[in-house]
Amino acid sequence: MTFTRKFVLTLTAGVVAASTAFAASHSGSAVPADAATKGRKAHMQVYAHNLGILGGMAQGNIPFDAALAQTAADNLHAVSALPQTTYWVPGTAVGEIDGSKALPAIWENMEDFEAKQVALTDAAAAMQAAAGSLEGVQGAMRGIGGACGACHEDYRQSD
Amino acid sequence: MRRALVALCVLAVLGLGVFWIVTAPKSANATALAGIEPDVARGEWVFNASGCASCHSAPEAAGEAKLELAGGQAFATDFGTFYAPNISPSEAGIGGWSALDLVNAVQNGVSPSGDHYYPAFPYTSYARAETSDIVSLHAYMQTLPAIDTPSRPHDVGFPFNIRRSLGGWKLLFARDGWVLDGVLTQDQARGRYLAEALGHCGECHTARNALGGPDMAAWLGGAPNPTGRGTIPNITPGGLDWSEGEIAEYLSSGFTPEFDTVGGHMVAVVDNFAKLDAADRAAVAAYLKAVPAVGGE
Repeated sequence: MTFTRKFVLTLTAGVVAASTAFAASHSGSAVPADAATKGRKAHMQVYAHNLGILGGMAQGNIPFDAALAQTAADNLHAVSALPQTTYWVPGTAVGEIDGSKALPAIWENMEDFEAKQVALTDAAAAMQAAAGSLEGVQGAMRGIGGACGACHEDYRQSD
Repeated sequence: MRRALVALCVLAVLGLGVFWIVTAPKSANATALAGIEPDVARGEWVFNASGCASCHSAPEAAGEAKLELAGGQAFATDFGTFYAPNISPSEAGIGGWSALDLVNAVQNGVSPSGDHYYPAFPYTSYARAETSDIVSLHAYMQTLPAIDTPSRPHDVGFPFNIRRSLGGWKLLFARDGWVLDGVLTQDQARGRYLAEALGHCGECHTARNALGGPDMAAWLGGAPNPTGRGTIPNITPGGLDWSEGEIAEYLSSGFTPEFDTVGGHMVAVVDNFAKLDAADRAAVAAYLKAVPAVGGE
């Protein structure tokens, strides 16, 4: 056996092992379906918690507090940047598991779906930069709303 | 025997005659437009409130491209698949149309060549609009980009492909006048105009019978989603307990009181309503509080 041949064989074996591991982690079986849906709903609740503070100030329902607004904006940004591959496992679309409103289109357009997550992270970064003033928060809320709506328009079932 | 046959033929001819008369497209004539001066700014407001771009822009269009009314979006229904036509001011669209042509299309559901339109085009709602608003809409639409994309024919099977039979549908379901009648405040009346006429809320939020006619007894009481997934919510006081302020906020920013956000086709509606005045959104909220509650406790 020449060195080249040995090298190629080793490399091939390595690639096969890596692909198998990758496939296992992406098969959907690693994360139970109900754990995936519970996890992503909790994730959305964290968005709603922080948006409740920022939106409440923007709408004049709670007094503006720059430090609190900054913390909420920082939280929103940090959470939006977390990888979500543990949530959107195959077999958890609407109709496949109780309580899911996730449309099958998510798994047909995963690249676009993930791009829309990045768009929320960008909007959250704009909120971080603007959180020092009430006008800034009010302006940045539009970007956040747009990012949320863009994803819910295509990927979440209405009611 | 022969006499019976003759009688049958006479009855058939009479029946056809009646069908022909009752299903004839009814159009307005030029006198309906006498003395009306178009107002382009008002036309833009009508355009946004009526959501024209939501259905008539190209599929997936966003931002400024929403004003390119090339058509092409597909609407699957129990009767077939409808494709929104090109309504840009080009030869492929409504470039050659007079204001009267647009009034007849939007308010009577009749094309310039005298054919019925399918009610996927919500003319039964737009029929409640002021004619002067449609004349202004016509003036505004002439200012939009001309797109040459040809309209795609609808994919509708027998018997629904006989357009003449839509005259019968109109006879059954097209109604003049307001759904919410009686004495209203100025705000409620303004909201009624936006919700029942231009905004055509009832087209999705009111359930339909087997022939596609709306169930007026359950006005805005919610309906199955025509896409086949989920439901369109009940937005009467029986289904929606948000305050007027919360409803107006939702129509502006898309945020619910719990800071969830708008989804589905309603995203396009909120996009449009966000362009109107705050007083318009408040008026719609006032109207929604005044409609009879459907369901609930």
